[in-house]
Amino acid sequence: MTASVFEPWNDPEAKPLIHFQNVTKRYGEFTAIDNLTIDIYEREFYALLGPSGCGKTTLMRMLAGFETPTEGKIFLAGQDIAPVPPNKRAVNMMFQSYALFPHLSIWENIAFGLKRERMPKHDINDRVEEMLRLTRLEKFARRKPHQISGGQRQRVALARSLAKHPKLLLLDEPLGALDKKLRQDTQFELMDIQEKTGTTFVIVTHDQEEAMTVASRVAVMDHGKIIQVATPDRIYENPNSVYVADFIGDVNLIEGTAKLNGSEAYAMSWHEGHAPLTVKSPVAFSDGQKCHLAIRPEKVSISAEKPADADNAVQGRILDIAYLGNISTYHVELPTGAVIKAQTANTRRIARRAFTWEDTVWLSWTATAGVLLAD
Amino acid sequence: MNRMSWFNAVSLTLGFAFLYIPMVILVIFSFNESKLVTVWAGFSTKWYGELLQNEAFLNAAWVTIKVAVFSSTMATVLGTIAAYVLVRGGRFMGRTLFSGMIYAPLVMPEVITGLSLLLLFIGIGLDRGVLTIVLAHTTFSMCYVSVVVSSRLVTFDRSLEEAALDLGCSPAEAFRLVTLPIIAPAVISGWLLAFTLSLDDLVIASFTSGPSATTLPIKIFSAVRLGVSPEINALSTIMISIVTVGVITASLVTKHQVARQKREEQAAVRT
Repeated sequence: MTASVFEPWNDPEAKPLIHFQNVTKRYGEFTAIDNLTIDIYEREFYALLGPSGCGKTTLMRMLAGFETPTEGKIFLAGQDIAPVPPNKRAVNMMFQSYALFPHLSIWENIAFGLKRERMPKHDINDRVEEMLRLTRLEKFARRKPHQISGGQRQRVALARSLAKHPKLLLLDEPLGALDKKLRQDTQFELMDIQEKTGTTFVIVTHDQEEAMTVASRVAVMDHGKIIQVATPDRIYENPNSVYVADFIGDVNLIEGTAKLNGSEAYAMSWHEGHAPLTVKSPVAFSDGQKCHLAIRPEKVSISAEKPADADNAVQGRILDIAYLGNISTYHVELPTGAVIKAQTANTRRIARRAFTWEDTVWLSWTATAGVLLAD
Repeated sequence: MNRMSWFNAVSLTLGFAFLYIPMVILVIFSFNESKLVTVWAGFSTKWYGELLQNEAFLNAAWVTIKVAVFSSTMATVLGTIAAYVLVRGGRFMGRTLFSGMIYAPLVMPEVITGLSLLLLFIGIGLDRGVLTIVLAHTTFSMCYVSVVVSSRLVTFDRSLEEAALDLGCSPAEAFRLVTLPIIAPAVISGWLLAFTLSLDDLVIASFTSGPSATTLPIKIFSAVRLGVSPEINALSTIMISIVTVGVITASLVTKHQVARQKREEQAAVRT
């Protein structure tokens, strides 16, 4: 293990491998990418996350060379790649459909890109064998794509796109066609391969769990704009907007108005007749400014009695219980009509659960548990 | 399996009888001993023997085969390119017009196609012969090829071509190494279709042939006007067998290969 943490985005000296400079892409009236500027560093595992139609695939296809930006420039290792056709770019792509050539064997699929480079025959042999070993496909080299399973095809697609030593590997929803269990195993395999090869990966996904698992940084996109780029933990714990908080994981949003109450502390009034909520926030809010408190269900505790020293406590009635085995989510209705979700780990057997439907309970959380977000 | 109802059985029998009785009669009478076409005088293959002695028929047959091979090959090349551009070319000026125009010869009366080609050849001063028939047949059969090939291309996963480009192919290499091998069955059946169409054609050939070159259908047609001879029956029987073999091969190739390749492609593309 290296002692220093891998975070080139915090190093002002680091040169990005990819630099998008005010890139805009329009299809007629529709703007797919809207004046976007991002940096992606070498050896990064960069995830583009967003709902379908947010422009993440367009962004990736511009990197591969299948689309050209309407405005702005894209630099790969300092070189403007707009005039470079896809077949001349040191960028390879793993397609969502895998796009394996059905008429060629697994071996020939992997060798396809190498043969185009006019690589000497025994070098091609060595490289293909190496890729087959890396993806554990040695036994299937002579088979055709329709003779292997979905997970194996996914690995062939990965091996084929890595064979040419690309500077940058693009993965378009690479695990979308796999079932959940296989997908989780493959995520770790992908991370492992990325670490072994040291290639920069850019992955497009709409599955936030996948993005959080594999990525060094996650870029959350919406309507052709990047909303937030940060490490998975910062995206989850410090979302910069209601959109990101809502998109990543489960969240309770409480609307109210802020009032400064001590250093970096605010009293948020949220409903008449209820005590204001105490929230710590490094971001400044003016008095009376409308804001949202975003708080994750697992940071809300649930108890029968009012906790003595909680920063915030509200009373409510259990509306619903979602039992997921390892955890349970309680939907608690407040007297105001709002529903707050609280999550607890099921450390005991279910027969000994303390609460049930219609019980009156107290919800509590600390001043630092939530994030205060501007409207 | 459900047993066929009597109604279906009768319809099927009548339908096939309607289609095939004339041809069966022709085939039977080609083995007739007698010179009179309508009188049966015992089995014989002598007309086939005489056919082989008939220089004029053999020449016409040779011309027909030459024309069919050249025109269907040219039609396949042009039709495949046209289909590729129309399906893959994206939006370009006049795309709708072009795709409409490629299908127009399918519905155009052959007489008109033949006549317009005749006027063209006279206009540019091209002597009518094998070359003009080849050109004419290429013109009308390439749209059939393009229909067959483009229906295959429509179901072809585009990301396969993008993958080829991504792995370092020029667009031409991507076509040669990926697209063409995968659509090959459709291209082959397009060629067989064009070949058969050229073999059969009478109307367009009679407009565009000259004294130096006559195709078999023209020869038969003009011979029949002087009266049907058993020799013609024999010749027609041979042509029926060639066309039948061609059509069956084409449909078998298409059915098996397209089904298999599609299965492979789908399997390769998605779990």
